[in-house]
Amino acid sequence: MDDQLMTERRVDAHEIKITARGVQVYYGEKHALKDVDVDILANTVTAFIGPSGCGKSTFLRCLNRMNDTVAIARVEGDIRIDGEDIYDSRVDPVQLRAKVGMVFQKPNPFPKSIYDNVAYGPKIHGLARTKADLDRIVEESLRKAALWNEVKDRLKESGTGLSGGQQQRLCIARAVATGPEILLMDEPCSALDPIATAQVEELIDELREKFSVVIVTHSMQQAARVSQRTAFFHLGNLVEYGNTSKIFTNPDDPRTESYITGRIG
Amino acid sequence: MTDATATTSPQNPARPAASLLQQTDRMKRRNAAEARFKAYGVAAICLSLSVLFIMLWTIFSDGLSAFRQATFSFPVTLDAERLDPNGNRQRDEMMRVTTIGYGGLLNDNLIAYLAERGIATDGVTDKEIAAFISRDTPARLRFMVLEDPSLLGQTIRFEGYATGRIDGYLKGRVTREIAELDVNVSVAQLDLADRMVEDGLLSLKFNWGFLTNPDASDQRPEASGLGVAMIGSAYMMLLVALMVLPLGVSASIYLEEFAPKNRWTDLIEVNISNLAAVPSIVYGILGLAIFINFAQFPQSSPLVGALVLTLMTLPTIIIATRAAIRAVPPSIRDAAMGVGASKMQVVFHHVLPLAAPGILTGTILGLASALGETAPLLLIGMVAFVANYPAGPLDGGILDPATALPVQVYSWASRADPAFIERSAGAIIVLLAFLLIMNIVAIVLRRRFERRW
Repeated sequence: MDDQLMTERRVDAHEIKITARGVQVYYGEKHALKDVDVDILANTVTAFIGPSGCGKSTFLRCLNRMNDTVAIARVEGDIRIDGEDIYDSRVDPVQLRAKVGMVFQKPNPFPKSIYDNVAYGPKIHGLARTKADLDRIVEESLRKAALWNEVKDRLKESGTGLSGGQQQRLCIARAVATGPEILLMDEPCSALDPIATAQVEELIDELREKFSVVIVTHSMQQAARVSQRTAFFHLGNLVEYGNTSKIFTNPDDPRTESYITGRIG
Repeated sequence: MTDATATTSPQNPARPAASLLQQTDRMKRRNAAEARFKAYGVAAICLSLSVLFIMLWTIFSDGLSAFRQATFSFPVTLDAERLDPNGNRQRDEMMRVTTIGYGGLLNDNLIAYLAERGIATDGVTDKEIAAFISRDTPARLRFMVLEDPSLLGQTIRFEGYATGRIDGYLKGRVTREIAELDVNVSVAQLDLADRMVEDGLLSLKFNWGFLTNPDASDQRPEASGLGVAMIGSAYMMLLVALMVLPLGVSASIYLEEFAPKNRWTDLIEVNISNLAAVPSIVYGILGLAIFINFAQFPQSSPLVGALVLTLMTLPTIIIATRAAIRAVPPSIRDAAMGVGASKMQVVFHHVLPLAAPGILTGTILGLASALGETAPLLLIGMVAFVANYPAGPLDGGILDPATALPVQVYSWASRADPAFIERSAGAIIVLLAFLLIMNIVAIVLRRRFERRW
């Protein structure tokens, strides 16, 4: 328990990366997310848990404005990254997404080579001046995603030929390559087997060193394993948000307790 | 229900206990229904295959003979006195000798050759012998001599078409019974034709002219060919591809990826679907009104034909392209957008390459349907009799009068001489060959560009 306390103390020392105040999301008539207030810390893994349809993925997709691509979605409220309102009319979502990377539920590498998958982001954002720069970024990103040793000899092969776990780590490498500060993960392990899941979870813990990681998960064990902070969503409300150890051992709200003990959801 | 009567399991009270080894009546009925359904399917396929077979059989049995042509091959002495009376080899002066002069020369040479080979010409007048040679042949000889005056005075081995009736006799279309009733050919002529074939003077040869010659008048079916129609069709396909691909693909991309979903785009979508179902002749009337009457483009030109066919094909291609774009999995779009690609980059780097096989297949199939389209072309004057080749595509050839393959089929099929019916079927074979090639190209492209994700 001492370790946990240490971590918590360290976490509390981190600065706030994302501030959300009064966030409402509507899908047409449906009020999908109600009045969410959250502070997400830098260099921390924050887990969003909750039953299906509770709004956790919706909130995640607000953070890099992926909801913009859904025609009927409407977002209200105030979301700030490093104090800047990301829904300000001057913000180009394309630029925002270079700063806030995203990994999706199903591994979705481009049907291109492993190298091109990782190099695509840096290329379109003009991060590499020379081929050598680009090579370096690709190698670093693949190393960060703990995939380099497995694929360094076959960078020219198609990314879709990798195993599921490797594909997901390739997607993480691709997200990392644009040099983001925040990494959003939408149930990144739900399509993976337990071994690949363990690898990705280990990776998430390492990524905390450099990024602020937000992960949506259905597995409470996973949330408990990888995160320092946990937010519990239910029916569009943020029910409880706090240190992971507290949420899982001594939740304040009876709904949280019901969910983590398996009575609702 | 009391406990005492509950002999079967409580969950399935209605199902009687029965051996698995014996089919129940209900099971038998279900299996019979399935067998009947399969039989209907097989019957439908057999029916359509047999209809297809009958169609192809008719086309090929009627049309294959169009690719062969009864041809004379005999020495012709090009008498300089007759063909260049002034003897100075000036083209202008040589032009004064008309095809009638060349025809006479050919007749004399043929009669002389028959005498030399000892082929009996009993009961056939000299005029009737002259009628063996196609009216197209003297013109061909005249053109040859005008192009190369040094031939004058020489004896060359000349190959020329026989007339349609003799051609038909060699192919078995014209029989002696028919000849007795026909003013254009006599039984004695057919006997002479038999002797000519025996001698090797007259024979069926592969008919390149059918593929290269322009159309010919009603009296000379043997000289008619698909040259102008093939050039016209080729020009139109080229222009249609150049116009329809950028227009169709950019319209589809806009509608699928960028357009807001509102009443206007709904209206456009409904209209595109409806336009795809508009009868093609309506497009012909549109082309006549807009391109010919209003814009004053020349009639019968491949350009106008291509514009009309573009309008006609556009909805089909937009629908196919949109389907191909929609089939690209949304996860790829999410992935690209997630790393910060702009909408345009998502479309051009990821969606289009993945949709390319579908777009190409749709386009080629659209072009194939345009290639076989007749009705709109009739209205813009492409059914005209065109005996001159259009110029090269860069020399304004797209504005010269031309016809198209399906229109040529139509126009030959409506002529009186049975020799044209054979050519009509032959033209269908050529058209089918082109369609087959286009479909094969579509399949090959699809295989080559197809990627898995």
